[in-house]
Amino acid sequence: MAISDDVLVIGGGLAGAMAALAAAERDVRVRLVTYKQSTLRQASGLIDVLGYAPDGDGPLVDPFEALEGLPTGHPYERVGSEAVREALAFFDEVAGDAYVGDHTDANALVPTHGGTVKPTARYPTATAAGLASDNRDALLVGFETLPDFDGPLAASHLAAAGVPFDARGVTLSFPGIERDDAKVTRYAHLLERDEAVSVDDSAATVGARDALAESVDEHLEGEPRVGFPAILGDERADEVRTALGEGLGVDVFEVPMGPPSLPGMRLSDLLYDALEDAGVRVTSGVPVVDYEVDPRGSSDTPADPSAAKTSDDPARGRIDHVVVDRNGAEVPHRADQYVLATGGLVGKGVRSDREGVREPIFDCHVPHPEDRYDWFVDGVFGDQPYARFGLDVDRELRPLETDSRPTFSNLRAAGAVLGGYDFAAEKSGSGVSLATGYVAGRRASTAVIR
Amino acid sequence: MSETDHPPDDGATEDRSSDEFEPIQVFPEAEAMDLRPGADNCYKCSTCDTNCPVAEVDDEFPGPKFQGPEQWRLKRQDDHDVDESVMKCSNCMRCDSACPSEVPLSQMHNTARGEYIEERMSRFSREYLRNRLLANYRRLAPLAATFPRTANFVMGLSVTQWLGEKTLGITSERELPDFATETFREWWTERGGPAVESEAKQIAYFHGCYANYNTPEVAKALVRVYEHFGYEIMIPEQDCSGTPMFANGMLEDARRAAETNVAELAAALEDGADIVASCSSCSMSIRQEYPELFDFEGTAEVAANTWDALEYLRVHEDLEAELADASLEGDEYDEFAYHAPCHARNQGLDGQTVDVLEAIDGVEAEDVGDSCSGISGTYGWKAENYETSMKIGAAMFEHMEGAEAEQGLTECPTCSMQMGHGTGYEITHTLEILEAALVGDAGAA
Repeated sequence: MAISDDVLVIGGGLAGAMAALAAAERDVRVRLVTYKQSTLRQASGLIDVLGYAPDGDGPLVDPFEALEGLPTGHPYERVGSEAVREALAFFDEVAGDAYVGDHTDANALVPTHGGTVKPTARYPTATAAGLASDNRDALLVGFETLPDFDGPLAASHLAAAGVPFDARGVTLSFPGIERDDAKVTRYAHLLERDEAVSVDDSAATVGARDALAESVDEHLEGEPRVGFPAILGDERADEVRTALGEGLGVDVFEVPMGPPSLPGMRLSDLLYDALEDAGVRVTSGVPVVDYEVDPRGSSDTPADPSAAKTSDDPARGRIDHVVVDRNGAEVPHRADQYVLATGGLVGKGVRSDREGVREPIFDCHVPHPEDRYDWFVDGVFGDQPYARFGLDVDRELRPLETDSRPTFSNLRAAGAVLGGYDFAAEKSGSGVSLATGYVAGRRASTAVIR
Repeated sequence: MSETDHPPDDGATEDRSSDEFEPIQVFPEAEAMDLRPGADNCYKCSTCDTNCPVAEVDDEFPGPKFQGPEQWRLKRQDDHDVDESVMKCSNCMRCDSACPSEVPLSQMHNTARGEYIEERMSRFSREYLRNRLLANYRRLAPLAATFPRTANFVMGLSVTQWLGEKTLGITSERELPDFATETFREWWTERGGPAVESEAKQIAYFHGCYANYNTPEVAKALVRVYEHFGYEIMIPEQDCSGTPMFANGMLEDARRAAETNVAELAAALEDGADIVASCSSCSMSIRQEYPELFDFEGTAEVAANTWDALEYLRVHEDLEAELADASLEGDEYDEFAYHAPCHARNQGLDGQTVDVLEAIDGVEAEDVGDSCSGISGTYGWKAENYETSMKIGAAMFEHMEGAEAEQGLTECPTCSMQMGHGTGYEITHTLEILEAALVGDAGAA
């Protein structure tokens, strides 16, 4: 007996979570299998759609305007701009008060921890008071023990980027943190639990929130808003931010940080709570390693794949089940429809070695030049071909063979495993994951035959 | 791009195609286990650190990234010993499934801990003796099981507990688990072995120490459930799975135990049985730690054919349909606060119990979240860790008390102790519910 569901989503990142949530909108049984903990924990928590056009034009004011001009094969071109809007609306519904930005099509400009400005479509409420388009002056507070965010440096970068306000940075010591390498979660939980900390070597203790507000207060020079690295609480971040704001009498905002990222963890928690509410079953900690095709074919697949020659007949038939490797034991998981959302080169949904580039579970075709010296160009920030490596898909998001036939009738792909776009250069990673995850999940659940 | 434009490869000649790529050996010394590729895979994202339940509550603990890849690199240098902080790692192994880059963190921790014990801990220290004692509970248990009432009485005495803390550093805050008046193996022999014979369906049951000496009702539940499905059960000779030994760095003790287990279980495999375990740490140990740390003949086959007892039924029987016809009446099965042990989590089994029990009419299991129970086997028994262990467990206690249920459910013996200790609830093993649903309470086969 295989463990059976209607829709099986492989991958636990943004695309996988969205696909599972979208599939669960219908009355079907959905399971999400993820090899490791969700990589959302490393994500900034920003939901970008398109910050720059593929030719480098930008930052774009209206990403939706630019969607129409994207080249054939770009994931957004595959799903169409209406699906991007629907996916965002779906996300807005799931995220509720935790995210803002849905009042406009225009990109918001969010300052990052390096002092650059990132165009993004949705952003955590915790970031809202920090937008670079806001002309109020800002104080950026960094901490000696948290080298990933240097307040004065970020402030001068923002000035160089031409923001319409004065930014000033200070570096303080964080009350209650002793270690040079304390985990970011330690900062967050210290504030969340408002632990008692001692200040100025005195025996008396005060709550961590008050202690922090007090140490910032003496550096405030009338700025109406103060930015902190994104470590202000975990599950009760709103409460921490509000308390600091009230203590200082200013608006407080978070600046998104690199991994491990609290805004990413909060987004991950938000989505996994939604998955639980939606009745999606989650299996984590084990990889999908292989698959078997249905030897009998099925109603929507010819019994003999080689006999079928029309362009829409799947080249390899229909997936019967996939194999999950549980520390050596092979556990079959069967579903009617499958969604592949395993990530790109970093997430290991696409793998490369000296011989070639491949998709490791289904061995789907990954178009790439034969000579590996053609995979990259000189210059780190050049237009790198490898950044676009990934699966070719049809408009149903089914992976395609070299002859442009779908590989399987019941496999769709979403997120960074897709090719044809450079999410790092375009600032389109989250949006592509949302839109393709949403479409793949919807189509998978609609296709379920019971 | 033409051939001549290509930058030279590492160590390659002009004609690349004819030369196989050979990585440069940076650390050429011979080692039983090459952890370098694992260390190189770490890209310092620190996700493991934010998942470590010990680092979460103990500011002094540097976290899994240091204990794993960083310590491994430091050790390459002559003037660096293994840092003693590795003994604070509770071996919950949560870092393994946190890592997005396939770094074998727990394997690195196990080897570092083994080296620390080997090189730095005095054989005559109280800590060594205490750890050896805790790790080798299996050696003492037969004695206690011979005189269970006396043992329970003596160990329950406050003076014994006081002595335990003063002389050995075993916390007096916890009550030592009771020994059963009849071990599972005694029961099995008394019963005359298997009640079902089958050529086609055979399992070898790895019951582990705890189900044998302390909770034979769990082992009996497994027997009745599997016999209900027509399996012939073998009970091979077995030693401790090694879990408490790994956690205490007693790698030589673990090696000896593993050698016995692999030989016995490999023989059972040869006879046509698959291996199942009812304790999530036992199955974890055989499936992951054995192949990571040892290479006895048959280790890989034994690992690949060992299953969690519930998982095996799920895959090999139509468990859901079978349970759909079952229903459990009575309050005692109504509601359970379920805690998924870390070692079950690491086998991808975290959602399993709730999934499976959903099928039984009249049973409700509520998952109390993904926090660690904090006891991690012998870890929370040590006086110096007791407080940390309870701090880690606080979130679980809180969620258990917040749940509707007033009793607990899990598959790990020490998680079960911690759950009971923190909440005062009775804790049940999932197999006991299956037994009640499929065979009935009285199942006196």
